[in-house]
Amino acid sequence: MIPLIEAVDVSKRFAAGLGREGTLALAGLSLAIHAEKPSVIAVVGESGSGKTTLARLLLGLAEPSGGEIRYRGRDLKRLDRDERRAFRHDVQAVFQDPYGVYNPFYRVDHVLTTPLRCFRLAQTRAHARQLIGEALRSVGLQPEEILGRFPHQLSGGQRQRVMVARALLLKPKLIVADEPVSMVDASLRATILGSLRQLTDEHGISILYITHDLATAYQVSDSILVLYRAHLAEAGAVERVVTAPRHPYTQLLVSAIPRAHATADWLEQEDDPRRNGLSPTAAGCCFAERCPIASPACVAAPPGLYRTEPHRAVACVQYRDHPSLPPGDPEPVLSA
Amino acid sequence: MSEPILRVERLRVGFDHPQGVVQAVDDVSFALAPGERFGLAGESGSGKSTLALAMLRMIKPPGRIAAGEVWLAGRRLADLDEEGIRALRLAGIALVPQGSMNSLNPVLRIGRQITDAFADHGQRLGRDEQQRRVSALLTAVGLSENVSRMYPHELSGGMKQRACIAIAISLRPKVIIADEPTSALDVVVQRQVMATLARVQRDLGAAVILIGHDIGLMAQFVDRLGVMYAGRLVEVAPMGEIITNPRHPYTRALIAALPSLERRGALAGIPGLAPLLRNLPPGCAFHPRCPQATDRCRIEKPMARDVGGAQVACHLA
Repeated sequence: MIPLIEAVDVSKRFAAGLGREGTLALAGLSLAIHAEKPSVIAVVGESGSGKTTLARLLLGLAEPSGGEIRYRGRDLKRLDRDERRAFRHDVQAVFQDPYGVYNPFYRVDHVLTTPLRCFRLAQTRAHARQLIGEALRSVGLQPEEILGRFPHQLSGGQRQRVMVARALLLKPKLIVADEPVSMVDASLRATILGSLRQLTDEHGISILYITHDLATAYQVSDSILVLYRAHLAEAGAVERVVTAPRHPYTQLLVSAIPRAHATADWLEQEDDPRRNGLSPTAAGCCFAERCPIASPACVAAPPGLYRTEPHRAVACVQYRDHPSLPPGDPEPVLSA
Repeated sequence: MSEPILRVERLRVGFDHPQGVVQAVDDVSFALAPGERFGLAGESGSGKSTLALAMLRMIKPPGRIAAGEVWLAGRRLADLDEEGIRALRLAGIALVPQGSMNSLNPVLRIGRQITDAFADHGQRLGRDEQQRRVSALLTAVGLSENVSRMYPHELSGGMKQRACIAIAISLRPKVIIADEPTSALDVVVQRQVMATLARVQRDLGAAVILIGHDIGLMAQFVDRLGVMYAGRLVEVAPMGEIITNPRHPYTRALIAALPSLERRGALAGIPGLAPLLRNLPPGCAFHPRCPQATDRCRIEKPMARDVGGAQVACHLA
């Protein structure tokens, strides 16, 4: 089957101008999202890991410096008018900031009626009202409490759910959600993530959930990709990756999550970069300088990607005895 | 408990609004022991940040302290004149602001922003002495001395937050209020910043009030936790007690909303929305969202009372 959206060895480098090297935001990553197998895929990493770049590339908001993004097998850059329209219909976005995405002068109805008009989804006004009502109700909002209001009259959580409802109106195949809950309260996070999860379970919509929060990723997603400084560190079934991380970076991330049941040494395990005395090289593993178990071999050559289990791939030399996969392409373990 | 360093007594902060007064902080009392780590948790709009500002006497109109008192090291804040309170800020009680990204001056070097504090508090120091103190402060928060000559945009989020901690401890305050100091940082950097805060706090013997909504972070950092809802302190108890035996239904809901790493699919939000402060429901403000609400909860406002080592404002506790 041809995937709905496919990233084929995509990389992105932001130019610095005048012969300077620029910043590598994403190094050769491959990922396929299949419409017939809806799931939630989490992309996790710290700021600067390249996760938002990946989202922008998949949404067609940025062009890759290398590799291709394909929509139903066609390079995104070469879509004709109708295909581009279909792409815009099938792939929707929910962004981080539920305050910045609204025009304060329009009622919130505007963000809901615009897509209906652009894609001619409603035949009559009554039909449009009905579609909007259904979409709002399926994210747990009451239409009468929302419609006719201005953005400032809604809470952050309500606004973010209206954005999810907007995405849902178009009955897309994929929603790219870039940090959808990082600006809302802990108590509301669960509700919004619950509505996202429902879209997959009940409406068959795949979700790419981009976050720095491993704990929520664990709760809502099926599989996970962990990125570190533009490179894939670990990928696979979320259950395995989060409960028994194998890459030293994933292990660091998991140990840094503050748990409700106090662990005596949470504050003491301060991670001190550059303690191991290895100086990073462009050729070696990008995590080497922070890695507690790094050896000189780590800075000499980039780590391969090894399939440690059927449902997991790790980019770390300590697993070199396992079968290797093409670098940056965890597809076999995600689709297995 | 030894003589408290900070005491808040029946504090009320109101904001004048065309439709009446909005009680952002309603009858809040608590005391802080020297060197204690105290947490204030609650949803946005629950009054945590307003309470912090009131402790610094920094409420601006249309807000005002309507009733109650704040005592810091035996002095009543309301008795101080403008100059007195200015001298007390930073030297007696300091704030690590939320979103340090925006609280540093973008056109001044970090060193200059630290020495500002000395100048403003009438400490005339020689150049070398200033430099020595700035270096010591930066080292204390785990930054290199070179940071002194850098501008905020040259620092990462975690480094900026540490620079803010360096400013906050520059005059060795007795109380440090940290208002969501790590809300914009990822978990690894969050732990570094919290470890830094814990270290300087121990070295200084200062008490810390940590404000936030992440119960996990609270569990790892504070000794005692106060849970705020709609301007009121609904539960105050030792942190371990709160986790193992939360007594207020809202505290239980907050803990349940924390995504667990032990069980999948256990994510539970708190149903309903935080109430509008200018239009609070009668009785207990939490009753419309409370799974156990009774008729009494709908009519009678619960008062805080002692329940086995905890103070709880709930009829059912």
